[in-house]
Amino acid sequence: MSHRRVVITGTGLISALGTGTEKNWQALLAGTSGISLVSRFDPKKIDTRIAGEVKDFEPEKFIDRREVRRMDLYAQYAMAAAAMAVEESGLPVGPDVPHGYTPERVGVIVGSGIGGISSLEEQHRKGLEKGFDRLSPFFIIQMIVNMAPGLISMRYNCKGPNWAPVSACATSAHAIGEAWKSIKLGETDAAIAGGAEAAITPLGLGGFSVMKALSTRNDDPAAASRPFDKDRDGFVMGEGAGMLILEEMEAAKKRGAKILAELVGYGANSDAYHVTQPAPEGEGAARCMRLALKSAGMNPEDVGYINAHGTSTPFNDANETKAIKAVFGDHARKVAVSSTKSMTGHMLGAAGGYEGVVSALALSRNILPPTINQTSPDPECDLDYVPNVAREAKVDAVMSNSFGFGGTNAVLLFKRF
Amino acid sequence: MSTSVIETKVKGIIADQLGVGEDEIKPESSFIEDLGADSLDIVELVMAMEEEFEVEIPDEEAENIKTVGDAINYITTHKK
Repeated sequence: MSHRRVVITGTGLISALGTGTEKNWQALLAGTSGISLVSRFDPKKIDTRIAGEVKDFEPEKFIDRREVRRMDLYAQYAMAAAAMAVEESGLPVGPDVPHGYTPERVGVIVGSGIGGISSLEEQHRKGLEKGFDRLSPFFIIQMIVNMAPGLISMRYNCKGPNWAPVSACATSAHAIGEAWKSIKLGETDAAIAGGAEAAITPLGLGGFSVMKALSTRNDDPAAASRPFDKDRDGFVMGEGAGMLILEEMEAAKKRGAKILAELVGYGANSDAYHVTQPAPEGEGAARCMRLALKSAGMNPEDVGYINAHGTSTPFNDANETKAIKAVFGDHARKVAVSSTKSMTGHMLGAAGGYEGVVSALALSRNILPPTINQTSPDPECDLDYVPNVAREAKVDAVMSNSFGFGGTNAVLLFKRF
Repeated sequence: MSTSVIETKVKGIIADQLGVGEDEIKPESSFIEDLGADSLDIVELVMAMEEEFEVEIPDEEAENIKTVGDAINYITTHKK
């Protein structure tokens, strides 16, 4: 596409494993499950009573108390993760700071699969009780998905492209990929990109539950998310955020930024098949992985680790395995594949951002996080899933897969820098 | 309800919604200039005061409420 290269210089993570990149990374390496009984509300008749709730989040540490009141939880997660990423990277914006990027050339592409659903539920309840003329004047800005990038741009004076992709569980992989494209094309020089989700609410949990998409292993929450294992019975909802700072490589080097990894490839496509089920044999997913490899000019053999979509649903994991085999051929037996959703649960629109950070960390720190809860091998899922224990391994490239309801796919490719 | 009770309650609502200390809230404080409110905050404040004091503040009246004192006066006058 162009000679411009894109590097990662900052990260921010929030999940059921905790708030902060380091806290998450250590918990992932230790094989910790973040899944427990839902505590935020009483799930009552909902079949699934477990989720990966964020438990240690204190919004006032990142956001003015007054702003917190005006923001839905999903946007609070987004802002907090962006703050972590900007701090880690030292992203300079504006003429007043050394090497500051021109504000007009810094984008913010941050999405959410669902947006401000807890605000929507609260205000709908209020409307029914008190009348729809008594809604909070902040309701719409709490609910809409592009308020997260909007608020982030206001704080950091980023005047470039500002928008929110919405593509279910592929949302934040798309955000990162589109930010990469924007820098490659020369439209921007830097971007804050990723996603956030906070949909563990009665409507969110109830909605996914009636689709029979969720695990009902309520009596053993920590074992419920078990991607690729024979006894998997659905995904477990997670929440949180994953945020990255992307910069054009020459500019990042010039300012002496600490570079974590390079983002070298991105594929985006559609199954055009079914609203929730992946296309047979993982056809769309395979095509998307090939697109990402092609955009990077890389061969399957170059990839040492795949951070899988690996949701723990019977369908996804079998199909993703087939897709990996189709794309990687003999190398599929050698490449390490793991799903960190086994620990965080499925963070939906935040998953791609979270797992993008995990991919970059795996490259820069030479350790691959495991897939936990691997006890009963599934004949249909017979790759190396880095079972139960993290593994030291120096790999040169990492692929991160994200596939969403609606048949949407996004694949990112990271390279050692 | 006495004026001082109304004043205390109004200050409580403002402190809660605008995230400012009650000691910063003076009768002469302008919602926008001194307390940093924007147009959405004002809508929310008016609604909260309507609910707390069971008064109706029509939009054209709300436009004239610019300071904390204006709010206290309006409620004192219109509260049944």
